[in-house]
Amino acid sequence: MVTTTPNETRRRAWEAAAAVTDPELPMLTLADLGILREVEVSEEGTVAVWITPTYSGCPALAEMRVDVDRALRAAGFDDVEVRTALSPAWTTDWITEEGRRKLTEHGISAPGRAPARPSGPVPLTLLPTRTAPRCPRCATADTEELSRFGSTSCKSLHRCRSCLEPFEHVKEI
Amino acid sequence: MSGDNIFTGLVEEHDGDARWAFGTGFTEALAGVDTTLPEGVDGPALAEYCQMLGDDALVQAQRLVHWVTDAPELEEEVALANIALDLLGQARLLLARAGQADGTGRDEDAFAYRRDASEFRNVRLTEAPRGDFARCIVTLLVLSSWRLALFTRLAHSVDPVLAAIAAKGVNELAYHREYAVSWALRLGDGTPYSHERMSAAVADVWPLTGELFAAHPVETSLAGLGAGVDPASVREEVREVLDQVLTAATLDTPGAFPDGEVSGREGRHTDELAPLVEELQRVAREHPEATW
Repeated sequence: MVTTTPNETRRRAWEAAAAVTDPELPMLTLADLGILREVEVSEEGTVAVWITPTYSGCPALAEMRVDVDRALRAAGFDDVEVRTALSPAWTTDWITEEGRRKLTEHGISAPGRAPARPSGPVPLTLLPTRTAPRCPRCATADTEELSRFGSTSCKSLHRCRSCLEPFEHVKEI
Repeated sequence: MSGDNIFTGLVEEHDGDARWAFGTGFTEALAGVDTTLPEGVDGPALAEYCQMLGDDALVQAQRLVHWVTDAPELEEEVALANIALDLLGQARLLLARAGQADGTGRDEDAFAYRRDASEFRNVRLTEAPRGDFARCIVTLLVLSSWRLALFTRLAHSVDPVLAAIAAKGVNELAYHREYAVSWALRLGDGTPYSHERMSAAVADVWPLTGELFAAHPVETSLAGLGAGVDPASVREEVREVLDQVLTAATLDTPGAFPDGEVSGREGRHTDELAPLVEELQRVAREHPEATW
């Protein structure tokens, strides 16, 4: 019989869950995206995994929960609970450097720093103040926004004025 | 297993009538969230409050979806559908919280699909007719500014679940307001014709704004406990935001918000709500055995 330490078991569970990919951004794992919040393995061997939604209405969350469940079962854990962590709210600042590199590699512009949210009213902006993202293909900053909302909740649509290619950008949130 | 189709997995591994792609058994929006009620907060009152905020979002989302396939440009259709999706997500969380707080254990579907229109607690502006694109933008501007002001306060609620839902919602609502502001400026300060259409939309929407700041007794009592927000307390902040936007859009500001009375929060709705709810519930009511 092979014996493993609790830390080792937890690490295995974490790695199985962390390797699950996002159905809408399949180049990213849950770890890259920063939505895998916690993994615990009880003495009885029950694995509890906390993931956090990117947007309140993100339809990929249900699929990701099923995928995490299946990945852990495939890794030999029979008793799995996938839970939702609502707080603190996810921010694009949690996307890892590795995740940002993969996004760019796949032609999607990575988010800049998320807007600070001090308590109190959210400042009203009458002029576009968000900086234009760089084109993921030719790296120029000479780009224009086509639409603040794109094919999924987390992306906006842009066009490069230099190479003229349209591209998607993961919105800062 | 990584190469398997996700949908194959869904129907293979779960019992029951999983005849829909999302019949996963993983649908509870608040699965695993600590749902203990804060001390001193009355469960049924908190549930009613969650229904109010949840129904505002649910009904507005359903109204916005009427733009899908019918927006002026594809980009606007995608934008409005995305905004509706955010609101739907907020509604799911709030209605799920309502079912836990009132002790009935009803799930989000029980609230969305198995209540009559008279049981909905949304403000009337959310159910108001869709109108033209100018009307859509003015409605979105008013509702997103109002909800953003409520949610920035609600993020400090003594109920940790409401606080978390609100904190997340703030980030989304900020984008919704930005979208409405950008179009309000473009159309208000655009051609004489677009200006005229926007002025008409402001005139149509303004009489419905009074209700937004009328406090239902449940809102007042929960605000007193630090669990909710008294809508009257955001009147000035919303007023200032709208004044700034309308002025920059060269539109006349119609003066103070009219005095409004609690209506939708008590289930007193306009005739517009019943058909909207019927449409929302049709599939669920015709196929009660279906899951998704």
